[in-house]
Formats: sequence, structure tokens, C-alpha cells
Amino acid sequence: MPVAAEMLALERPRSLKQALTMLGSDPGLTPIAGCTDVYVGLHFGTLADRRFIDLWELEELRGISVERDVLRIGALTTYAEIIASRAVQKRVPMLAAASREVGGAQIQNRGTLGGNVANASPAGDTLPVLAAANARIVLRNQRSTRVVSFDSYYTGYRTSVRQRDELIVAIEIPRIDGAQWWRKVGTRRAQAISKIMIAGVRGRDVRIAFGSVAPTVVLASHAAAVLSRGGSIGDAQAALRQDIAPIDDVRSTGEYRATVARNLLAQFWKETD
Amino acid sequence: MKLTVNGRSRTVQAHPMKRLLDVLREDCGLTGTKEGCGEGECGACTVLVDGIAVDSCLVPAAHAEGRRVVTIEGAAATRTGRALQNAFVVHGGAQCGICTPGMILAAAPLKTGASLDEIKSALAGNLCRCTGYPAIFRSVTSALKTKRGARAGRR
Repeated sequence: MPVAAEMLALERPRSLKQALTMLGSDPGLTPIAGCTDVYVGLHFGTLADRRFIDLWELEELRGISVERDVLRIGALTTYAEIIASRAVQKRVPMLAAASREVGGAQIQNRGTLGGNVANASPAGDTLPVLAAANARIVLRNQRSTRVVSFDSYYTGYRTSVRQRDELIVAIEIPRIDGAQWWRKVGTRRAQAISKIMIAGVRGRDVRIAFGSVAPTVVLASHAAAVLSRGGSIGDAQAALRQDIAPIDDVRSTGEYRATVARNLLAQFWKETD
Repeated sequence: MKLTVNGRSRTVQAHPMKRLLDVLREDCGLTGTKEGCGEGECGACTVLVDGIAVDSCLVPAAHAEGRRVVTIEGAAATRTGRALQNAFVVHGGAQCGICTPGMILAAAPLKTGASLDEIKSALAGNLCRCTGYPAIFRSVTSALKTKRGARAGRR
């Protein structure tokens, strides 16, 4: 590892309350949990952070429950726990499907949903699902709790409304009416960062979200509006141009991504008919 | 910090952010766990923590404190681990051997009689660059056969 462990500092709170107090007095700490992104950044020297606060042992942040028809997933819930959850399989099968394609089993055993949201990568596998599901992010600091709509959570590339003294404590997903559809296109099924992802809900309203085609996960609201009012898939594909802004990078070209996005939109519409 | 490695209780002086991989290799002298990519892509450094497969290059020492860690050196302590090791020998599941400890520990949590799909899912995070996957899948399938299936196979 290019960064020696001795260069790093780790705070280890024993409760959520203690963690929030620590962050309140020292907002320079970076929260860590399953560490599946953190050690990659340390290994390649792309992560500048040196002082961390470990949330992994905070049981209060684990677990999946249903309260008043809202699915609540604790921030520290791992992909493996999401895949195994009956409540997730029943209410948000597209989230279970997305979690199954995050890394391999070893990553699914450690990576957390809260971590995927906090890491804020435009290629985060579960993020299109959370956007299409109209999810809410529950943030807490030592004084108060606030709930932010996932639509307004990200403010730009790898930036969000979360303040340095706040922690993501849970992700809430209201009841979803309609068919759910999810697809990831990458170099191989496991262990590959996606070239493009789509999550779609086809009910009275149509909600479609794409990953890896813009600086953040995006709702394809123009394309969805065309489909919601009974427009043709061709018109929806044309409208999609206003929703996404794919770029060339090491994994793909922008042109390829735009073509695949149009094809995925058509496939979603056909398979949920 | 205290942890149990392969059934033996150990106390090591390690920084809480030191990678579990380095704690095992440097502080415990257990070099059976290999570092491949160092970024959670290849699975060569897979070990079990409380029975769950993890990439030890992505686990801080702090997360192994008070936990039970099993490395390839301790895999033979269970019936499945022994069967897996024998099967890799019999079916040619290992060539250069770098991926083998990770393959065996990633397969170890599987239940007897696991399907080929379940085996492939469990090993999806483990890369092999020489033997190829068919020989590895044959090895794991053979090791996880039910007792009845294994007897039938011998006849």
C-alpha cells in the first residue's frame, strides 16, 4: 500500500451518538464502514483523506424494516443482506438485482448501501435504483435529523448536500406501484465497473434513471414524460438526448453509451409491457 | 489487539488501519494468503472472518479484532475445506497456485450439494489467469457433492 497505515488515524466510536459527537467537534474525519472503496483509494493514492471514523460496529445503523408502508434500510446494511432480504425482494426487486451485480461475493459481504450513496460515484450500482424508486436519504448530525429526496441529494460530480458533521443513517423507499426493471452493461457480470446502468419503474407514472452517463446519477425525466403521456418509444429515445451527457473515458465512449442508453430504454419499455 | 486465527488466539501489535492481509502475512507469519491486485478485484487474498468470505486487502485490522479469521493454513480444519483441497489436487484445479487459497476460501462457505450456478456466484470475485475456470468449477463441484453423490461417482 503506497500510504503506510502509520500515516492514518482512526477514531472508533461505540455508538451512533458518540460518532455524531465526534463528527460535530471534528468534521475533518471521513466516515468509513465496509472499506471496499476506501482501500482502493489508499492503494492507488487517489484518496487524500488520512483521518477516518469507523462506523462498522454501529449496530444501530444496520437492518431492514417496513414502517407505514415505507421500506427502511439502515446505512450499514450490506449488499449480501439486501440480496437475502424478503422485504427487499418483494418490494424493490430491482435493488436486489443491482446488489447481486456489485463486485463479487467478498465485496457484497462488506460493501454497504449507505457507502454506495456516500461515495457518490456516478457509476454506483444501486444509485439508479434509488433514483427510480424515489428514495429518501435520512441524514443526522448531533442536533437533528433531516430527510432529503434522492433527486436532490447530489449537487455535482462526487458532491452532495451532506454536511461534514452529518451521517447517512438510513435509506427510505416508499411503496412502488408498477413494474420494475434494472440492467447493467459492463465488460463482465461480476467485478466490472459498469459502462452504463438503467433502472425503470412503469406504473401510473414512469420513472427512469441512468448511471454512468452524466456527472451524477440522472433521472431521464424528458424521456419518461414522453412515455407517460403515451408517446412513441422513438420520441422517448429522441428526448433522452436532453437527459444524459455521456463522456468518453477508459471504459467506453460517449457515443457507445448514448446508443446503449437508447437501446436499454426501448428494451425496458418492451419487457415491462 | 486480540483475534483468533485458525482456531488459535493471538495478540498482535498492529495499527487499526493496517490491512488484515498484512497483519496475517507480516504479524502472524501466515504467507498462504496472497496479494494479487490489492484493490478487491481478484479475490486472491480471500479469508473468512466469522465464517464470511472477505478480501483481506480491503479489511482494516480493526475489523478483525475479537473475530475468528480462517486462512488457507487453517482451511483443512473443516471437512469441506479438506474436501476442497483434495479436489483441487485430483481435478487439476491449481496451476500457478496464486489464486488457489482465495478460490478455496471463497468456496468454503458453500453448502454441500451447491449447484453450479451457486458455485459460479460464490467464485465470481476470484480471478484465475492460468488453469481456467472449468477445472476449478469441477474441483469445487466434486468437493461439494453429497455423500450419496460422491459414493455414486466412485462406482
